[in-house]
Amino acid sequence: MTPHAWILLLLFLALLFALAGPLGRYMAGVMEGQNRVLRFGAPLESLIYRVCGIQREKEMGWLSYAVALILFNGLGALVVYGLQRLQQWLPLNPQGMANVSPDSAFNTALSFVTNTNWQGYSGESTMGYLVQMLGLTVQNFLSAATGIVVVIALIRGFARHTAATIGNLWVDLTRVTLYVLLPLSLLFALFLVNQGAIQNFEGYKTITTLEVTHYDNPKVDAAGQPVKDEKGNPVTEPASTQTQTLPMGPVASQEAIKMLGTNGGGFFNANSAHPYENPTPLSNFVQMLSIFLIPAALCLVFGRMVGDIRQGWAVLAAMTLMFVVMAVAAMHFENQANPLLTTLGVDAGSGNLEGKETRFGIADSGLFATITTLASCGAVNAMHDSFMPLGGFVPLWNMMLGEVVFGGVGSGLYGMLVFAVMAVFVAGLMIGRTPEYLGKKIEAFEMKMVSIAILVTPLLVLIGTALAVRAADGIAGIANPGAHGFSEILYAFTSAANNNGSAFAGLSANTPFYNVATAIAMWFGRFGVIVPVLALAGSLAAKKRLAATGGTMPTHGPLFVILLIGTVLLVGALNYVPALALGPVIEHLTLFAAH
Amino acid sequence: MTQKKLALFDPVLIKPAILESFRKLDPRVQWRNPVMFVVYVGSFLTTLLWVQALEGQGEAPPGFILAVSLWLWFTVLFANFAEALAEGRSKAQAASLRGLKKETWAKKLPSPQDTEHWQALPATDLRKGDFVIVHTGEIIPADGEVVQGIASVDESAITGESAPVIRESGGDFSAVTGGTRVLSDWIVVRVTVNPGETFVDRMIAMVENAKRQKTPNEIALTILLVALTIVFLAVTVTLLPYSMFSVEAAKLGTPVSITVLVALLVCLIPTTIAGLLSAIGVAGMSRMMQANVIATSGRAVEAAGDVDILLLDKTGTITLGNRQAAAFLPAEGVSEAELADAAQLASLADETPEGRSIVVLAKQKFNLRSRDIHALNASFVHFSAQTRMSGVDLGEREIRKGAADAIRRRVESLGGSFPPALARTVQEVSRRGSTPLVVADGARVLGTIELKDIVKGGIKERFSELRRMGIRTIMITGDNHLTAAAIAAEAGVDDFLAEATPEAKLALIRQHQAEGRLVAMTGDGTNDAPALAQADVAVAMNTGTQAAKEAGNMVDLDSNPTKLIEVVETGKQMLMTRGSLTTFSIANDVAKYFAIIPAAFVTTYPQLGALNIMHLASPASAILSAVIFNALIIVLLIPLALKGVAYQPLGAAVLLRRNLLVYGLGGLVAPFAGIKLIDLGLAAVGLI
Repeated sequence: MTPHAWILLLLFLALLFALAGPLGRYMAGVMEGQNRVLRFGAPLESLIYRVCGIQREKEMGWLSYAVALILFNGLGALVVYGLQRLQQWLPLNPQGMANVSPDSAFNTALSFVTNTNWQGYSGESTMGYLVQMLGLTVQNFLSAATGIVVVIALIRGFARHTAATIGNLWVDLTRVTLYVLLPLSLLFALFLVNQGAIQNFEGYKTITTLEVTHYDNPKVDAAGQPVKDEKGNPVTEPASTQTQTLPMGPVASQEAIKMLGTNGGGFFNANSAHPYENPTPLSNFVQMLSIFLIPAALCLVFGRMVGDIRQGWAVLAAMTLMFVVMAVAAMHFENQANPLLTTLGVDAGSGNLEGKETRFGIADSGLFATITTLASCGAVNAMHDSFMPLGGFVPLWNMMLGEVVFGGVGSGLYGMLVFAVMAVFVAGLMIGRTPEYLGKKIEAFEMKMVSIAILVTPLLVLIGTALAVRAADGIAGIANPGAHGFSEILYAFTSAANNNGSAFAGLSANTPFYNVATAIAMWFGRFGVIVPVLALAGSLAAKKRLAATGGTMPTHGPLFVILLIGTVLLVGALNYVPALALGPVIEHLTLFAAH
Repeated sequence: MTQKKLALFDPVLIKPAILESFRKLDPRVQWRNPVMFVVYVGSFLTTLLWVQALEGQGEAPPGFILAVSLWLWFTVLFANFAEALAEGRSKAQAASLRGLKKETWAKKLPSPQDTEHWQALPATDLRKGDFVIVHTGEIIPADGEVVQGIASVDESAITGESAPVIRESGGDFSAVTGGTRVLSDWIVVRVTVNPGETFVDRMIAMVENAKRQKTPNEIALTILLVALTIVFLAVTVTLLPYSMFSVEAAKLGTPVSITVLVALLVCLIPTTIAGLLSAIGVAGMSRMMQANVIATSGRAVEAAGDVDILLLDKTGTITLGNRQAAAFLPAEGVSEAELADAAQLASLADETPEGRSIVVLAKQKFNLRSRDIHALNASFVHFSAQTRMSGVDLGEREIRKGAADAIRRRVESLGGSFPPALARTVQEVSRRGSTPLVVADGARVLGTIELKDIVKGGIKERFSELRRMGIRTIMITGDNHLTAAAIAAEAGVDDFLAEATPEAKLALIRQHQAEGRLVAMTGDGTNDAPALAQADVAVAMNTGTQAAKEAGNMVDLDSNPTKLIEVVETGKQMLMTRGSLTTFSIANDVAKYFAIIPAAFVTTYPQLGALNIMHLASPASAILSAVIFNALIIVLLIPLALKGVAYQPLGAAVLLRRNLLVYGLGGLVAPFAGIKLIDLGLAAVGLI
C-alpha cells in the first residue's frame, strides 16, 4: 500500500459517508411518502398511475408483490430480447448492426433485467444506439429500481407489525425511478460529459494514426471461436494498421445509471477502461463513489424506517470493515511485481501494471476492482484476468461473499439482512432466548426462507462450474489451460449467479453453452433470492413487534458487527474454499513456488 | 419423585443406552434426523467401497477406507448414544412415576352424602363424576376434588416433599392427585378425569414423548442445519468434477476418491449439533423435572426462556407467608415494657405465627421470658371470627389483643375510651404497610403491636439478578396501594399491582402482551385460572385447584412460587446450549478444511501442501484425524448437552460476548489442536 493508495481509500470513505447520510434521509422520506419532493412530482406521478391504471392506495401482500415483480421483469426481458433480434430494421442504428443471435440476445436480456449486466457481446460491434438506450439503459433503471423496492418491502416487514401488506409495487417502482434514480443519473451524466464522456448519435469515425501499429491478431475459426494449438494456447498471426475506428454513441447517459444502479454493463467492450466511458482520474473517482452511494444510503434508509438509525449504521459498519480489508488486500497484491515479468527485465517497483490503464494506475484500479465486485456492479476499469493470482482472488472472493458487502442497489442490503437474520438466529439462542431481530421473532418459516435465499447462489455457482468443467462446450471456451482455466469458469458462474456481471475475461463466453448456462444462473440467482426475501418480508410484517428489554440481544453494537461479519464469512463464503483452493490459491502457490 | 439423582454417566443408564444406540441404527429412526441420516448413508457407502477394495479394485487402500468407514459408523453411534442417554434419564423418571399407577382399589359411593354404602372396584373403572371415599392409610384412586371432609395427605410420591398437606372441601385446597395417600381422617372425592387422562398419566406421556415432538425453535434450527447440509453436499459432490478437471489440466495425480469426499462431507455438515440436538431437548425437560416442574410441552419450556415480565404473588413469594411483630407502640401513659408484658401474656397460648412472633419480640426487646402457663393459672381466650380477638384471663385481668375496631367496641362497652392519639398511631401503622394489633387490659387500652410483612431474605438480590437478565418483576397483592407500595419498595420489585382482582390481573397481562412482552405468572386459585390461561408461561401450584392446573402450562410439584425463576433459567439454558453448540459446530469447519483440502488434492497439486498448516503426518492421517475428531467431539460434548451451558444472570450483550468467545472462537481453535493431537497419536501408534 502506497501513501497515495491510503489517501485515496480514506478520501473515498469520507466522501461516501458524507453523501450517504443526506441521501438516506431523502430516500427514506420518498419511500415513506413524506418528502416534500413528492408534492412537486405529484401531477406527473398521478398521470403515470392514471395512464397505467394503477390504484395507488391499494397495497399488496407479499405473494402478489412477488408475482407482479416477476411479471414486470419477465416482460422487460421480452422487450430487450425483441429489440436485439429486430435491431436491423429499427431506427438509430447508423452502423447497421445486424440482429443479435438468439442465444446471445437471450443471455443479454436476462443479464440486464437481473441487474447482472454480464456481457458476452462487445457493445461497439453488436448493439445499435436504440437497443443501447431503449433496451439496456431502460433496464439499467428498472433492474436497479427492482432491487431497491425489494429491500424497501423487506424493511417494511421489519417496521410494520400485524400487517397483511408490504406496499404497492407499482408505486414503489415509480417513486424510486422518478425521485431517486432519474435525478441522480441526470446530474452524474452531466458531470461525465463535463469530464469528456461522449453523448451523440453519430456514426463511427475512422481516423489515421500517426504511427503504424503492429499487433498479433488471434486466429478465429469459422464459428468465431479462437483457434488453439496443441498446447491449448490461442494461435495468433502478425498484423499492422494505420487507421483506427472510433465508436460513437449516447455514452454518458448510459454510463451514469450503469454506475449508480450497480449495473456495470459497459457501452463499449472495454467498459470503464474506455476513455469515452471513464475519461479522467476524477471521473474514475466519482464513478467509484457512485457505485457505493445508493447501497450505503439504503443502510441508513433501513435504520430510519425501522425507527432506530443505529441499526442501519451497524450494518453499514460491517460492510465498511469488510470493504476496507478487501480493498487493502487488492491494492497490496497488485503492488507486487509479477516474477514472470521481472525476469524479463520489467521494473519490479511499478507493481503489476499488466491489463491496467496508465491514467488510473495500480491504486485506482485495485480500489475500483474491489468496489465493483463487492457491489455487484461489474463495471471494470482494468482487466481482472491480468491481476496477480491473489489480486484476482480478491474480486472473486468479493463476489463469493454473496454480494452483500454494499452489494447491488437493494440486493446488497436485502442479502445482508438475510445474513443478519441468520446471525441473530444462532446468536439469539446463545443468550437464552428464542431469536428475534428488531422485535420480530425468527421462527421456522423465516428460517426456511432465509435458508433458500442463502442456498440458491452457491448451488448455482458450484453446480454450474461442475457442469462446465465436464462438458466439452464448457472447456472449449477456456483461454488459458491449467488452474487459471478453472478460475475463469468459476469466476464466470460466480459473477452470473451473484448478479455481478464482471468478467474475468479470458473465457470465450459468447457461445450457446455459456449464454444459456449463465442466463439460467443469472435469472435464478436473482429471483431465487427475491421471492424468499419477499416471503420473509410478508411473514415479518404479519408478526407482532416485541418490545426491546435488557434481555434482548442488541443489534447495533460492535459485537453485532463482528457477529454479522463472522456469519457472512462462515456461512456465505466457506462453501467456496475447496473450489478456490483448486483455482486462484493453487495458481498463486505455483507462480511463487516456481520463481 | 426425583429424590434419587442419577449421575451423568451412571452405569445403570450407560448399558441400556449403548444397546439402544445400536437399535437406533434402524433407517426409520435415522431418517428423523436428516443431518445424521447423511452420515448414515455415508457409512454404508464407505463400507461398500471397503468391500470393493478388498476384492482388489478399490479406489484407495482397504485399510484406509475401513478406518474412515468405522469412524463414520462411530459418529452415528455416538449421536445415537447421546440421544439414548438423555432418553434413559427421563425414562427412569417416568418409571418412578409409573410406580404410582399400581393397581389401586376405589370405594365408590352412590352419592356424596351416603358415606356408608361404598362399593369396591378397580381404580381404572372410575369415570369422571364418580364419588369415592378414601379413608386413613388408603391411596387416592384418581385425580379429583374433595367435596366432603378434611384429611392430611402425603403427596411425597409426586412432590418429593415429605410434610403432609391438608386437603379439604371448598376453597383452593380441594384438589387431590391420584396415587397420593391419605394419612389421617377421611375425604369424599369427586373424580374429575377419566382413566388415562389423569395427571400422572399426562406426566408419563409427557416424559416419554419428549423426544417425539420437536419444539418450534428446534424445527427452525433443523431447517438451518438441513440447509447447511445441502450446501455442503453440493460442495463435496461438485468437487469430484473439479478434481477430474484439475487432474486433466495438471496432467498429474488421480481424482479425489469417494471415500475422501464422504469424509469431507461428514466433517463439514453440522454433525455435532445435529447429533446432540434431541439430547439437548430431552435433557431440558429432564432438568425441569428435577426442579419438580412438569411442563405440558417443550414449547412451554422454550417460552420460559423468553419471558420479559414475571407476575409474582406477594404472599409466599416475596414475603414470608405470615406477618411478624416488629414494634410495640404504647398508648399515652403506658410504658413500652408494660405493653410488651401484656402482649406477651395474651399471646402465650397463641400458636399462630403472628402470636409466636409477639412472644419472640417481647423476649428480644425486654428479655421477657416465656412464663409457665399453668403456674399463672390463666385461662386463654382463643381467636374467633365473631369477636376477632384473642387473649388471656388472669384472675381479675382480662387482656385482649385484636383488630383496632374490635378492641374499641370492647373497651367502650366496658365503659372505657379509645384514646384519639392511639387511633392516629393505628392509622400510621396501616399506612406503613403493616397491620396494627391493639392490646387492652380490661377497659384500659395499652397500645398497639405493629405486625409487619417480612420480605424474604435474599429476594431483593434475586430481583436485581432478574433485572440484569432483562426481566421485570411485578408484585401482585390484595393489599391497599399504600401497603403494597411500601413492600414493593422494600423487596425491590419493579412494579406492583395493588388491590388485585382476577380481572385486574388479566387486564395487566393483556396490556403487557399488547406491548409485545411475554408474561409469566404463578397461581393456585380457581380465580387465577383466566390469568393463567392468558399468560405465556403459567406455572400452577400442585396444591392449587384443578382449574388452575388445567389453565397453566406447567405444574410446580413443590408449589413454590419462587420456582418461576428457576423455570426461566432452565428454559434459557436449553436455548443457550442449542445456540452454543451450533456456533461451535459451524466454526469447526475452518480447521477441517485446512486438514482435508491439502490432503485430498496433494497428488494433483503438491504445492497445496503449503495449506497443511497443522503439519499433519500424511494425507491419510490428516483425513482420518479430521473424521475421528468429528466423531469424538460428539462424545466429549454429551455432558455439556445434558447439563446445559451454565447460565449466569447477565445482560444479553455480556452473555453473547462470553458465549461467542467460548464457543465461536473456541470452535475455531479447538479442532486445530484436536486434529493435530489425534494425528500425533495415529503417527505414534504407527497406524498411518
